[in-house]
Amino acid sequence: MSWEVVIGLEVHTQINSKTKAFCGCSTEFGAEPNSQTCPVCLGMPGQLPVLNNEAVQKTILTGLAIDATINLESKFDRKNYFYPDLPKGYQISQFTVPLVEHGHLDIPVEGGGEKRIGITRIHMEEDAGKSMHEGLDSVSHIDLNRSGVPLMEIVSEPDMRSADEAVAYLKQLHQLIRFLDVSGADMEKGQFRCDANVSVRRFGAPLGTRAELKNLNSFRFIKQAIDYEVVRQIEIIEDGGQVVQETRLYDSVKGESRSMRSKEEAHDYRYFPEPDLPALRVTAEEVAAIKAGMPELPSQLRQRFEREYGLSSYDADVLSQTLELARYLEDLIAAHPANPKIAANWLANELLGRLKESGHEIVNSPVSASALGLLLDRIADNTISGKIAKDVLDEMMRCGQSADTIIEAKGLKQVSDTGAIDAMIQTVLDANPDSVAEFKSGKDRLFGFFVGQVMKASRGQANPALVNERLKLLLNS
Amino acid sequence: MDIDVRKIAQLSRIRLTNHEAQELGPQLNSILGYIEQLQEVNTDGVAAMAHPHDSAMPLRSDIVTNSNRRDALQAIAPQTESGLYVVPKVIE
Repeated sequence: MSWEVVIGLEVHTQINSKTKAFCGCSTEFGAEPNSQTCPVCLGMPGQLPVLNNEAVQKTILTGLAIDATINLESKFDRKNYFYPDLPKGYQISQFTVPLVEHGHLDIPVEGGGEKRIGITRIHMEEDAGKSMHEGLDSVSHIDLNRSGVPLMEIVSEPDMRSADEAVAYLKQLHQLIRFLDVSGADMEKGQFRCDANVSVRRFGAPLGTRAELKNLNSFRFIKQAIDYEVVRQIEIIEDGGQVVQETRLYDSVKGESRSMRSKEEAHDYRYFPEPDLPALRVTAEEVAAIKAGMPELPSQLRQRFEREYGLSSYDADVLSQTLELARYLEDLIAAHPANPKIAANWLANELLGRLKESGHEIVNSPVSASALGLLLDRIADNTISGKIAKDVLDEMMRCGQSADTIIEAKGLKQVSDTGAIDAMIQTVLDANPDSVAEFKSGKDRLFGFFVGQVMKASRGQANPALVNERLKLLLNS
Repeated sequence: MDIDVRKIAQLSRIRLTNHEAQELGPQLNSILGYIEQLQEVNTDGVAAMAHPHDSAMPLRSDIVTNSNRRDALQAIAPQTESGLYVVPKVIE
């Protein structure tokens, strides 16, 4: 008898505001430890929180993008627990009435089509600081720069039925968040973190007991951790045991998870209304204004690429995967407006492959959009052939110089001088009298052989169109 | 309703002597008695109140207003090292 897997996901994503949720401290990543703190985010007695409007706006924008209800009145609560990276002893969160509820996201499923995943709620809360234990014996070190950074917690319905669906949902959500520019969502920097609630059941049975998996900080680990958990739970049940509701920490190095349930009380958060903050009220007009400013979403961008630039749906899909890539394409087309389709081809087929080889991302590409645009100009104006251009691009990747500099320095300029080309053709014809005779007796396909020989003689620099034209003339004369 | 003073103290990381626990138990329970009295009021159809002041929340513009005052703020910390707070080890 087979098992059904049930997965719900909680995503914590850092809102990319300049300042923290409740104080005017900078949120910049990578600053000196504890250099971005103040009495509010250090939890000093008597300090009062004042909510960051930018964080509110971005949460509403995200809610609108997932077709959710925006609660015009929402509330803040205290979630109480003790940990040294939480200086107040509580986290300000939204428990009873979140800002955003009842949304959904459509994810692509294997074999085509889409599946709708419900999003229960998005609530605003604040991040904790960072604890460091590694290499320390009897102490831990605390950096509170992250304390109070605004977060959105995005809670899905238990609608996913496999680790692959969970990953598809997360990728879709990640892409959406990047396009909305509401979070840097850099997983390595902890700006997009995922907890997974996983349970198994016989098909048609009520929901099984779930375990919560924490610390899933890459798409790969998320899949591994869920797959591991599913096997673990099925083994327990098939051995006649019962799954215990608990939090488990996934260890990506060992490829296994361990229980974090050391004390029962640890889960008693004793929520109560945050007395320092009155209700958050937004008006329908404000929400409408945010909606009016909604940026282009991935699917809209894809359609525009097809419509405006005439891209194939495959290229449009590839080039709208990330905002950075889409921006590069738009910059490239602005630099070389003559033929958007060719520009897209060069980006998708030539540059991306080279970036992958050299371990670069599009954002730190050694070849900028304007530099690549110039290279395409040189193909268009017949300075070089497309074939030579690929060599020039290799060189641009290596040395970062402009196409013109490389073409000049290496003498790659295309030969479009009829006299010079005629001379090369004559040399080739003289060297192959037998082939010439065969061609003249009707072997038309030898034409390609002559073109190849002439191109070779010119080290690829002869203008191919001109070679064709002159060759036809000279062979038939 | 009966409060488990020991559990509350543990959750709040407050150390109580036996004498204090014995004293606090009845006090906290008498407060709960008042609350129980309040719960007798019929609140059907009354929306939950977010805050005793019926005011909307003032919001702040997203502008950095705080500068680095680490030295002053850490002056009162029991122990620091290279700008980090030092606390007893918190994981096994």
